Amino acid sequence: MQVILSYVIAGWSGFFVMAVELLGGRLLAPSFGSGIYVWGAIITIFMLALSLGYLAGGRLSVAQPSVRRLGSILLLAAVTVLPILWFGDAMLDRVSESIADPRGASLLAATCLFFVPTFFSGMISPYAVRLLVNDRANSGKHAGQLYFVSTFGSAAGTLLTSFYLVLVLEVNQILFALLGISLVIGVVACAVRGSADAAE
Amino acid sequence: MAMALTMAMAIVLGALALPVSARADSQKLIHSERSLYREVLVYESGNERCMCFTRQCRIGRQTCLDMRTPDRFIMNYPQMMMSALYLKPRPQAVLIVGLGGGSMPRVLTKLLPESSIDVVEIDPAVVSVAKRYFAFQPGKNLSVIESDGRVYVKKALREQRHYDLIMLDAFDHEYIPEHLLTQEFLREVKSLLAPDGVLAANTFSSSRLYDHESVTYASVFGEFYNLRRDNRVILATNGKLPSVGQADVNSKALQPLLEAFGVNGERNMALFSTRRDWNEKARLLTDQYSPANLLNR
Repeated sequence: MQVILSYVIAGWSGFFVMAVELLGGRLLAPSFGSGIYVWGAIITIFMLALSLGYLAGGRLSVAQPSVRRLGSILLLAAVTVLPILWFGDAMLDRVSESIADPRGASLLAATCLFFVPTFFSGMISPYAVRLLVNDRANSGKHAGQLYFVSTFGSAAGTLLTSFYLVLVLEVNQILFALLGISLVIGVVACAVRGSADAAE
Repeated sequence: MAMALTMAMAIVLGALALPVSARADSQKLIHSERSLYREVLVYESGNERCMCFTRQCRIGRQTCLDMRTPDRFIMNYPQMMMSALYLKPRPQAVLIVGLGGGSMPRVLTKLLPESSIDVVEIDPAVVSVAKRYFAFQPGKNLSVIESDGRVYVKKALREQRHYDLIMLDAFDHEYIPEHLLTQEFLREVKSLLAPDGVLAANTFSSSRLYDHESVTYASVFGEFYNLRRDNRVILATNGKLPSVGQADVNSKALQPLLEAFGVNGERNMALFSTRRDWNEKARLLTDQYSPANLLNR
């Protein structure tokens, strides 16, 4: 159960990050356009947040790792998307009024909207590695499988969102749906008892 | 049977192959420039010079110019766009979104020497190519702003500017900036229009997008004039739409001036229609729902 959940969370989190990233372009376009600067800013902030998230997730996995905690991280990543839905437009207006340069403005806007949820999403993969690896000889194999699941999830999230979801749903509806799925998976994970060490 | 099939195939292939090779042979690439957004290409064939964003102008030409008579429109849509003047013959302040080769601003500065014209163009390479190859010359009453169209519209609104005429010409066949085709954007454009100001938009006449786009324009402007040929030009106003009779009177008064630029008033007036020839149940395009590129097929 723990193993399955770790993979499911990592795969879903990959899907979630890329779906939010693509929709991020949509959210920023009315205020900053859809030019290369805007995409550059969004991708930069997502990569930066993920990289710091990896670091934090790895650190956090050292003490008392559990699938429960992994689930809580997923919940945090989902809940921190809510401010985008509530305050996104007001924030974008403020930023575009105060900063004239499109590069600086879109960097700041992308930071305010996406840094926190993406940071939490970044924590998931290294934390899940800790839950899956129980000996050194197989550590690379497990890490490889986890990367596969997570990046495959990202590919699926990118394709489905950009080719299909935007054709049937509104941006906010997609965000709510993503959030809902994260909540379900996160709550299930939190209901699981036991620590990684107990499973060994 | 097999014979007939072969012949039919030969005819089909011939029909496909001929125009392409004929065009490729006569077109000469005279300049190409890579920008952040695309490759800007300039082709010449005979006396015609065109700006294209694809090799051999495969997907549409942005703008063309007859080098003997550079002030005459040789494409249909810019001269259709000039019909906006039938609804507003003397606009003082004009905004054009999307420069291309600059044929519309070039003609408008000659036609309206007293008016101030702002052109917004996102791509600096397009601006420099228009200057070098298409005789586009910014001056006292003609300025170019390098910016995204929507970003500029929002900024102009904050500065409480108003325009008597706004021309939207920012789409090409290949890619549509989706944030320039939503209800919110059109509302912003409408607020930027002076009372009784006119919007002229060069848009799409085919594909599923036609219905969605029409519904979206109607939701913001109510009734509008819809001019359809191979392109489609929408003429809408911030206020009461002038009657066809009034537009016709204006077109006749303007014709002596417009003649020199290759604009045919009678042909333009024949295109004026307010008929809602689209599916009114099509979904509105909004900032939340704007898959314009996916719908344009």
